[in-house]
Amino acid sequence: MVETVCVNGEERTFAPGTTVSAMLAQLALEPRLLVIERNGDILHRQDWQKTTVAPGDRFEIVTVVGGG
Amino acid sequence: MLNPDTTTIELSRDELERYSRHLILPEVGLEGQKKLKAASVLCVGTGGLGAPLTMYLAAAGIGRIGLVDFDVVDASNLQRQIIHGTAWIGKPKIDSATDRLQEINPHLQIDRWPVRLSSENALDICRDYDLIIDGTDNFPTRYLVNDACVLLGKPNVYGSIFRFEGQSTVFHYEDGPCYRCLYPEPPPPGLVPSCAEGGVLGILPGVIGVIQATEAVKIILGIGTTLKGRLMLYDALNMKFRELKLRRNPECPVCGDHPTVTSLIDYEEFCGIPQARAEEEKAKATLQEITATELKQLLDAGKDVVVIDVRNPDEFAAARIPGTTLVPLPKIEQGPGIEKVRSLVNGSALVLHCRSGMRSAKALQILQSVGIEGINLKGGIHAWSDEVDPSVPKV
Repeated sequence: MVETVCVNGEERTFAPGTTVSAMLAQLALEPRLLVIERNGDILHRQDWQKTTVAPGDRFEIVTVVGGG
Repeated sequence: MLNPDTTTIELSRDELERYSRHLILPEVGLEGQKKLKAASVLCVGTGGLGAPLTMYLAAAGIGRIGLVDFDVVDASNLQRQIIHGTAWIGKPKIDSATDRLQEINPHLQIDRWPVRLSSENALDICRDYDLIIDGTDNFPTRYLVNDACVLLGKPNVYGSIFRFEGQSTVFHYEDGPCYRCLYPEPPPPGLVPSCAEGGVLGILPGVIGVIQATEAVKIILGIGTTLKGRLMLYDALNMKFRELKLRRNPECPVCGDHPTVTSLIDYEEFCGIPQARAEEEKAKATLQEITATELKQLLDAGKDVVVIDVRNPDEFAAARIPGTTLVPLPKIEQGPGIEKVRSLVNGSALVLHCRSGMRSAKALQILQSVGIEGINLKGGIHAWSDEVDPSVPKV
C-alpha cells in the first residue's frame, strides 16, 4: 500500500503514515531551506512532524534563494 | 495602506507635466501623485534589485528615497546593475546611484547611507521611512531588515534572485507574515550559493526589482491587491509565474503571538558565519599555500610542477593560467577526478587553483584524504591576474 501525492507537479508515492518531515528526508531536501504549501495553504514548520501525507495531497516545495 | 499626509504637498508645473500619465489614471490622480511625493522609501542595497527599483521609484515621483550601500562598482556588476555606468567602475555605488537617480528626477530627495546596515544602526536608519525595500544579497542582512521592520512596524518589500529564479512578496504588512514565518532558521552557511558563485541572468533582477517597486507604489497609494500573504515565484527560463499562499505563523519568534526576539541580535552569529569562517581558517591552516608570484618563478625555472585548475569548464574557457589542466571540483567530489589528478601528477609537485582559492582548498582536502599531496594557489587565478599577468581577465 502506498499513498500517491503530488510534489511540485510530479506524482510521488510514500508509505502510509509518512510525515512531511520524513517525506523531505526521502526526497533528500534540506528542511531549513524550504517553504511548503500543502493543498493551497502554507504548512508551518512546527506542523511538519505531525502532518502525515494523505492520498491526493498537493505539495508545492520552494527553496529559498538569497541573491540581490 | 500607508495613507501619507498630503495636506502640505504641492506639485509644481514641471511636476504636473512630468507625471501627467499618472494624473490621468483614476487609481493615481492628483491625490495619489501627492501621496507618492509625501512618501519615503528606504532601499537596502543598490545592486541587482536596488538598481532597477530605485530608478522606477525615482521616475514615479516618490518624494524621498534612502539608499544604503557601502560597496564600490565592479565591472562584474554592470551586466545587471543598470543604475551604474561603465565610467563608475571603482567608485562608490551610492555616488553612482545618486547621480543617476537625480538625473532621472531632480525633484527627488535622496538620503545617502554609505554604511553597512547593522544591528547598531538599522533601527535609527529605518525609523524615518514609510516602507523598507530589501535588495540585499546575504542572509544576515535579510534577517536584520526583517526584524527591524517588525520591531518598527514597517512593511518590508522583499525580493531575491538566483540564476533564472526570482521570488518576491510583501512581509509584515497588515497582519501578514514576515520572513521568519517562512524561514525561522537561517540556511547553513555555504549551502545556498550566491549570485557570485552560481551566476544570475542579468535581466532577472530587473523583473523582480520592478515587481518590488510596483508593490511599494501600490502600498503608498493604497490601491489594488498587494503580494501580502503570497510568495510570487518567477522562473525566467520557462517564463512562468506561480505563487505560494502564506500566513503569519503564530509561533514566529519575532512577529508571533509570543515573540522571543524583541530587539535586534547579532545576525552574523545567528547565520553561523563566524563559526563557518573559523572552520575554514582551521582547514586552511593545514594546507600548504603558494603565491602567484612564487608559482610563476617555479614555472619559469622549469621545475617539475603540475598545475590543475578546478573551476568549471566555462570559467576555464574564459580565462586560464597557461599550461594548466582542467579537473573541475565536482569531478573530484564525485570520484573520477581523483584518478585523473593521480595520473596527471605522476611524481611531480602538484599545485591546485580556482578563482580565489576556496574551491581548490576544498579539492586539496579531498585529495589529501586519498593520499595525494598538493599546494593551494593563494588567491587563485585572480591573484595571478593581479600579481603576474593582468591580461588574464578576472571572471
